[in-house]
Amino acid sequence: MVLDDVAIRRALVRIAHEIVERNDEIRDLYLVAIPNGGVPLARTIASQVREITGIELPVGILDTTLYRDDLIARGERPPLRRTEMPSAVDDRVVVLVDDVVSTGRTIRAAMDALMDFGRPRGVQLVGLVDRGHRELPIKIDFVGKNIPTQRGERVELRGTSGDLEGALEVVVHGEPEGAAEARA
Amino acid sequence: MAGQRLLIRGGRVLDPSTRRDEIADVLVEGGRIAALGPNLPADGAAVVDAAGCWVAPGFVDLHVHLREPGQEYKEDIASGGRCAVAGGFTAVVCMANTQPVNDDPSVTEYILDRARQESPARVYPVGAATRGLAGEVMTEMVALVDAGCVALSDDGKTIMDSGVMRRVLEYSQLARVPIITHAEDRTLVREGVVNEGPVSTRLGLPGNPATAEVVHVARDIMLAELTGAHLHVGHVSTAGAIDWIRAARERGVHVTAEVTPHHLALTDEATLGYDTNTKMAPPLRSQSDVDACRAGLADGTIDAIATDHAPHAVHEKDVEFTAAPPGVIGLETAVPVTLDLVRKQELTPLEWVRRLSTNPARIIHRPGGSLEVGAPADVVVIDPERRWIYDPAKGWSKSRNSPWAGQEMIGRPIATVVGGALVYDVERGVLLP
Amino acid sequence: MMGRDLLGIEDLDRADLERILETAERMQEVGRRDVKKVPTLRGRTLVNLFFEPSTRTRTSFEIAGKRLSADVVNFSPSSSSLTKAESILDTAMTLDAMAPDAVVVRHKVAGVPKRIADALAAPVINAGDGAHEHPTQALLDCFTVKQEKGRFDGLTVTIIGDITHSRVARSNLYAFSKLGAEVRLAAPPTMLPAGVESLGAKAYTSLREALEGADVVMVLRIQQERMEGCFFPSIREYAATFGIDRKKLRYAKDDVIVMHPGPVNRGVEIAHDLADRRPSVILDQVRNGVAVRMAVLYQFAGRPATREG
Repeated sequence: MVLDDVAIRRALVRIAHEIVERNDEIRDLYLVAIPNGGVPLARTIASQVREITGIELPVGILDTTLYRDDLIARGERPPLRRTEMPSAVDDRVVVLVDDVVSTGRTIRAAMDALMDFGRPRGVQLVGLVDRGHRELPIKIDFVGKNIPTQRGERVELRGTSGDLEGALEVVVHGEPEGAAEARA
Repeated sequence: MAGQRLLIRGGRVLDPSTRRDEIADVLVEGGRIAALGPNLPADGAAVVDAAGCWVAPGFVDLHVHLREPGQEYKEDIASGGRCAVAGGFTAVVCMANTQPVNDDPSVTEYILDRARQESPARVYPVGAATRGLAGEVMTEMVALVDAGCVALSDDGKTIMDSGVMRRVLEYSQLARVPIITHAEDRTLVREGVVNEGPVSTRLGLPGNPATAEVVHVARDIMLAELTGAHLHVGHVSTAGAIDWIRAARERGVHVTAEVTPHHLALTDEATLGYDTNTKMAPPLRSQSDVDACRAGLADGTIDAIATDHAPHAVHEKDVEFTAAPPGVIGLETAVPVTLDLVRKQELTPLEWVRRLSTNPARIIHRPGGSLEVGAPADVVVIDPERRWIYDPAKGWSKSRNSPWAGQEMIGRPIATVVGGALVYDVERGVLLP
Repeated sequence: MMGRDLLGIEDLDRADLERILETAERMQEVGRRDVKKVPTLRGRTLVNLFFEPSTRTRTSFEIAGKRLSADVVNFSPSSSSLTKAESILDTAMTLDAMAPDAVVVRHKVAGVPKRIADALAAPVINAGDGAHEHPTQALLDCFTVKQEKGRFDGLTVTIIGDITHSRVARSNLYAFSKLGAEVRLAAPPTMLPAGVESLGAKAYTSLREALEGADVVMVLRIQQERMEGCFFPSIREYAATFGIDRKKLRYAKDDVIVMHPGPVNRGVEIAHDLADRRPSVILDQVRNGVAVRMAVLYQFAGRPATREG
């Protein structure tokens, strides 16, 4: 385990403060979570922003699966997740919230999806974990923790009791590419 | 060629005509069986090594479609004859639904003439029972039989008019040949293309009910009983029809019957992939019908195995299921497919041979089906254990419409002798003409 | 497990069906957006191969394909021109030359989509073959029922009409029974195919018994031209005995819904005033068709990319 629930919560509180500091018009902000991991994180950030400013930010959920660039070649199709965009994005500053940011391809897909919902004034990005290996020019505006990893390893946000409703933790599993061969 | 001397050495001789089942040598000379017994001297005769194999009278197929004249792109007398000897058949009975229809002695003579020139197997034509197979006006039966026809049939079509069928059966006694019925009541078949039942319902294809055959067989049996004629039921496929035949024979009605290898081996479930090479007329039936066919063959209700070899070109079969012509080729696969009944001990080897040779020869009153000294030397040597993959493209037919393409077969004729001449050898292929 | 092609509901299991229905719910959300288009099948080609005309189904697939950004090509050789000169194989090879990523096939003869699938590299989606199957119709019917009832377990679905000649009946029979509903079939004996109960439904010749306690009533279209005098004596007698109206519907549950695959013969299999008002959900079925077909294309379209070099 690399981040426990307390550490995650501490990081999100800090990120909420940074978001408030960075933006002048808090009322124009729109938190959009990338499921599944981004959803509890965005909700926590929203409640922190409310505590700091008294302003209730809308929280949307935006599934990026249909915008992926590796979909049809994969054969087996991943299940689609729910998209719920309660407010229009036009002229809002959208803060995308994702749990683990790596290659940047999911964020690229999320931005394309977002543009289909309207024309945001700006887009900012929250990543709880930045594990590196970027393949696209994508920068995280608000990062929880940098966790350098090897390819082949997987970084996952998960609930300690099985779902993402309760206490959370970030774990690294799998082993670096080539490790098995090196051992053998 | 008839002068060839041939010694078939060391095989298990199966001769239903004498109930002989023993290891022996068979000497062929002058087109006839010259001697039969242990350790015959070769004396310069060509030797066929039959050790581990069965030696039987050549098989007689009561039901093939050679397509000549008229549809030589599907098959002709030469290619069909080669299929026959490669499959262990020394004689084939070819149906009248050629183009033109064999409803005139000139067509019969043409077929026999072509067969003499080109077919390694004996060819016995069937004349049409009615002109143009139209089911209305009877043919010149006596003239057809005088020209060489061994039976009369509208096979492929059905004589629906009961009055016509009655007259055909009555008159056939003058010609002294059996009437072969293709028993499917067209008004019940309608658009049906697969056996009516759970399979047709799953496939969503129009069903052809078993009752369409049973009704017709029952009618034809009643008319045979009325007239005293010899009725031969072609390609029987249903338990119901077999019950009618069994009861009729017990009453003394002159009725004989044949069943195809595919109706003995496959059920309608073979059609579940919409393969048009499983489309037959009559259609493949249910498991209980297959069981009844096998039981009927075993208990003697069904006299003969006949292939209903029905070649169709690839482009004719590669269409919608409803549009494809029914029928499959079967001469080259009949032996391995029906040997299954011997392996499962439903038939002894001797009784299996009887249903492929002695019985069909008797039904058409032709020599054959015997290895007695002096009998015509039509002989087949079968390796009952030989395993091989059937590939219609490498077979002798011009067509490829087989449901067994690509499958492993067990049992194969390794040599076929017609009139004393070795016409097929599994290693060298068809040798004559 | 879903295979490469969607030829029939018979080939799917409950998990496959649930997955497609869940995907369809997501696709329905896409259809509510201002921009009703996602890039999922961008650069992919969808061929609508309709040997039998069907504007409704073809259009539904076309919209579904376009919402997923596929290039949609409509190829409609008339059945009559497909003579022996052009075999199914010829058609398939012609199509293969277009390198499609999915081929949607409608044909009046059962089994043709299967034969085409056997010959093609691209996945084949059956849009109705003879009296065999019409899987996307069954999926949209299930989707509609799920939206109305929220479940399948414990539901009674009664399908009424010419079961013998109906691909919709077969696909729905498989789909609803796999999903846990009880399926009943009601028709005059001449229109109940042989051995149909072996497919997993109970057959009734009494409409009243079949309707007793039904949650869903599915009315099939009667092909008047073909059927009259052969499978039933007259339209009048059919309408009187098996036509659905509000009075006969009283035998079913109070919250019954009425479905029909369309197009409707008003006054024949369904009373005029029932065709476009509750408890009929016929227009919902049509609307749901696009989302369900998007879900099907999402699951089935696309060939694995071939690596170059």
